[in-house]
Amino acid sequence: MAQEKREIVIPSQLLGDIKNKKAGRGTFVENGKIYAEVLGILNKNSDYINVTPLKGRYDPIEKDFVIGIVEEAMSSSWLVDINAAYPALLHVNEVPWDVDFGETERYLNYGDSIMAKVLQVDQEKKLQITLKDRNLYKIKGGQIIDVEPSKVPRIIGKKGSMISLLKKYTKCRIFVGQNGRIWVDGDDEGVKKVIETIKMIEDEALSFGLTNKIEELLKKDAKDVH
Amino acid sequence: MNAEVKLFENGKRLDGRKPDELRKIKIEAGVLHRAEGSCYLEWGSNKVIAAVYGPREAVPRHTQNPLRAIVNARYNMAAFSVDDRKRPGPDRRSREISKVISEALEGVILVEKFPRASIDVNIEVLDAEAGTRCAGLTAAAVALADAGIPMKDIPVACAAGKIENQVVLDLGKEEDNYGAADLPVAISPRTGDILLLQMDGHLTLEEFDKALDLAIKGCHVVSDLQKKAILQKYQSVSEGK
Repeated sequence: MAQEKREIVIPSQLLGDIKNKKAGRGTFVENGKIYAEVLGILNKNSDYINVTPLKGRYDPIEKDFVIGIVEEAMSSSWLVDINAAYPALLHVNEVPWDVDFGETERYLNYGDSIMAKVLQVDQEKKLQITLKDRNLYKIKGGQIIDVEPSKVPRIIGKKGSMISLLKKYTKCRIFVGQNGRIWVDGDDEGVKKVIETIKMIEDEALSFGLTNKIEELLKKDAKDVH
Repeated sequence: MNAEVKLFENGKRLDGRKPDELRKIKIEAGVLHRAEGSCYLEWGSNKVIAAVYGPREAVPRHTQNPLRAIVNARYNMAAFSVDDRKRPGPDRRSREISKVISEALEGVILVEKFPRASIDVNIEVLDAEAGTRCAGLTAAAVALADAGIPMKDIPVACAAGKIENQVVLDLGKEEDNYGAADLPVAISPRTGDILLLQMDGHLTLEEFDKALDLAIKGCHVVSDLQKKAILQKYQSVSEGK
């Protein structure tokens, strides 16, 4: 890919004509013209004109893996903050434990963190999440860091290249939620390294060839340690 | 009213501006880190800060709309923003301004994308010198874009008015106090739709048309500054250190 700069667009910016391209995410059409609707990065590579938002809330999509923080325990369900515009509902039927009515607080309580999967998003944007999937559980220990949800794909990298790099060099356990929350657990040194690196990825998410740059950096530091 | 006040001298205004000249405007996006989007704006001696929170679930629940988001703008003047101390808290004037700004913003935000949610916009006037509702709305628009809220356009506001039988752009403090009319206008600069239009004082039909045209022209100038401010913040991010 050429080393050209990624173009930043602002809402209402004219991006093209509906005759030549299709309007993709982050755009709207008026009188046959395509405009940007959010502040983001322009992507014109395919048939579609897409704008990847730079900021904003997490827009939940079904089957996404997210990290949630319990806001409220009700008698047969929990309300979980998943960094979306709305709290998500976690019903007792969607957890791996056998919870009696009114006993929800014994399993998950206010402030607990969970790894979860988005089960359902309806037209009213009512959200349901589930814990019934592989490796989903209540988080014990470790740290959660917040990043912009739009930068999550960069942190994961192409086919997970970036995240496996991080895991390889820091020997930490990492779980990246699509909602911009990242859980890290490992020895202090490693966790510190991961947090630093993720901050760097976030800051430079717009540059090209970032994976190689990060790898070099991690390699260098790894040598220093050993 | 003090008839002694001369608002015009040799075709120049009190502060040396031409009739169709704006005051100095400075816009900075993303100044607060706890808010999702924010903006600091200086317009002449007006100093305004705007912060955006949400979209988040609207509370109390009965205010929710199952089809769209509600926009809650809150315009507030600091006690120290005017010559005499302003009694803190919402009064009739600031409630009205909050309402008209909310409605103007609703016209451009894609509210259908966030059913049941509310988008909260806090506009704090730190220093006032006529035209704070325009300054507030302009700042709120930048803060909304900074918060990544989907919008059809970045709204912008500017006022025109009449002093000593002449239609002028962007009234200053004395001009507002002793002038004949004030006409704040907010538009959607891409389409030219009018989002807010208020008038204080008297204008003839011809004067009104002239003032409206002048205000809209002013809006487009401010709009460019807004866009520059947003791009400036994010361009520096994209270039990396």
